[in-house]
Amino acid sequence: MSRKKSLWKRIRRSQVWRSIFRHDYTDTRKNRILQIRSNIFLHIHPARIPSHAGKIRFTWCMGGITFFLFIVEVITGILLMFYYRPVIEYAYQDMKYLRFDVPFGIILRNIHRWAAHLMIATIMLHMLRVFLTGSYKPPREFNWVVGVNLLVITFLLSFTGYLLPWDQLAYWAITVGANMIRATPFIGHEGPFALVDKYNDIRFMLLGGTEIGANALLRFYVLHVIVLPLTAAVLVGVHFWRIRKDGGISRPL
Amino acid sequence: MGEYQDRYEFPDLKFNIQRGKKRDFRMEKREKKDMFVWPDLVVMEFLTAVALTIILIVWALLVNAPLLEVANPGISENPSKAPWYFVGLQELLVYFDPWIAGVMIPSIIIICLIMIPYVDINPRGSGRYTFSLRKFALINFNIGFLMWLVLILIGYFLRGPDWQLYWPWESWTVVKKVEDNLWSLDPVTGLTGLALYFGLGMIIPGLVSREFYRKCGPARYTIVMLSILLMYFVPIKIFLRLAFNIRYVLVTPWFNI
Ligand code: HEM
Repeated sequence: MSRKKSLWKRIRRSQVWRSIFRHDYTDTRKNRILQIRSNIFLHIHPARIPSHAGKIRFTWCMGGITFFLFIVEVITGILLMFYYRPVIEYAYQDMKYLRFDVPFGIILRNIHRWAAHLMIATIMLHMLRVFLTGSYKPPREFNWVVGVNLLVITFLLSFTGYLLPWDQLAYWAITVGANMIRATPFIGHEGPFALVDKYNDIRFMLLGGTEIGANALLRFYVLHVIVLPLTAAVLVGVHFWRIRKDGGISRPL
Repeated sequence: MGEYQDRYEFPDLKFNIQRGKKRDFRMEKREKKDMFVWPDLVVMEFLTAVALTIILIVWALLVNAPLLEVANPGISENPSKAPWYFVGLQELLVYFDPWIAGVMIPSIIIICLIMIPYVDINPRGSGRYTFSLRKFALINFNIGFLMWLVLILIGYFLRGPDWQLYWPWESWTVVKKVEDNLWSLDPVTGLTGLALYFGLGMIIPGLVSREFYRKCGPARYTIVMLSILLMYFVPIKIFLRLAFNIRYVLVTPWFNI
């Protein structure tokens, strides 16, 4: 017992330990602050917050949950990338493979799918709560704008991800979307005042062709795994930084 | 300039600076009500993350993500539904042409959302739940939010083959008659109707509440009222279709509304 204790002490006094953790853990005001300030992950928080901001009934925890779900999507998404090839010949086969052969593959895919659905719900609730508490009012206007951009990107992530399984559901749901896009005024070939034809309109740009085919699958894939997540990650960074710079979670004036 | 500083100067810096100098009484009172993030908030965050992880795993064990037959451009799904969060837009396709339902409406919604903080100049009711201080903003935003939900519910639960209305207890094998007695207003009536709706809609609120107009100024007033009129145009059009079988309120050689 006492040997164990002294071993623990020796570890904590060691150079290695102290090079990582710069303060001890006695419960003092200073240490509580250091705990946040000296940890790169925790320091997105302020060390102290107004107590109403920590209440579930104020934020509904929806921003934080949305962030958590985004991280879940990144992790499960990267794992799925090990098994999925964005090529017509393989895409659907890989989904079957994930479902029936890859150990835990089905759970992996299910989590990725359901977390995505949940994220849409929580981001909408987050927006609702920010509106209800008037938290977009000065000086937080711009963070609301950043938020709306995150909302759009989240929807686009869902839209692009939906095609990837390359099954009937995916194909025809994206067909509905693509049919709307070709009706865009001016730049869609079936929209009012079309300036373009089927071969150079905005739908062609998105699909890489006039039909949903190999090019569309590849484009949706690149958007889904690189372009949109990276943009979202950067914007989430800006969003969090701005919360701090705008004076923390809003409070009654 | 003075106002700019008050409102926008980075508040967290101000906080630190004031701490160093003479302490502001209000700040001090606030600080007493503060809580520590470590461990109180971090523990809550951690527990939430654990709970969500469990929920996701259980959910994933119980329900499989759908996987139908391989994509086949030759055989269309009927109905082919978008994922639930887009079903609201798909539902609008019943009442509007694709360029409105799929392009204009989503774009206008996004633009309006972005403009909200810049057109809502009511300084009151920030940082807390209140209804009485911001009735106008809350009523309109919540109606919009509710419309999004209701359209999704209808599209998701009540639409069957050919996007016809089916109650949940009705079988999809029963073939429903496609409405064929739709008609459109003639251009003169249509234009007059639209002009009246938007014209009066723009003018009357300003006359009723001069105060509101004066506070907003012409630019903000126009943006706010136009957004709101556009929003309510959607349920109005739906009502016209359901009650009077009106397909378009305005037919032109280039587009129909
Ligand atoms: C990926 C999406 C998003 C993430 C991860 C996210 C995350 C967060 C978090 C963690 C907070 C802290 C307070 C809270 O939890 O409520 C917050 C605050 C805020 N969010 Fe978001 N958010 C997202 C999208 C949005 C959207 C769509 C909007 C609005 C359209 C928005 C507007 C705001 C504003 C204005 C604040 C400050 C609120 C205050 O001071 O009370 N965010 N966000």
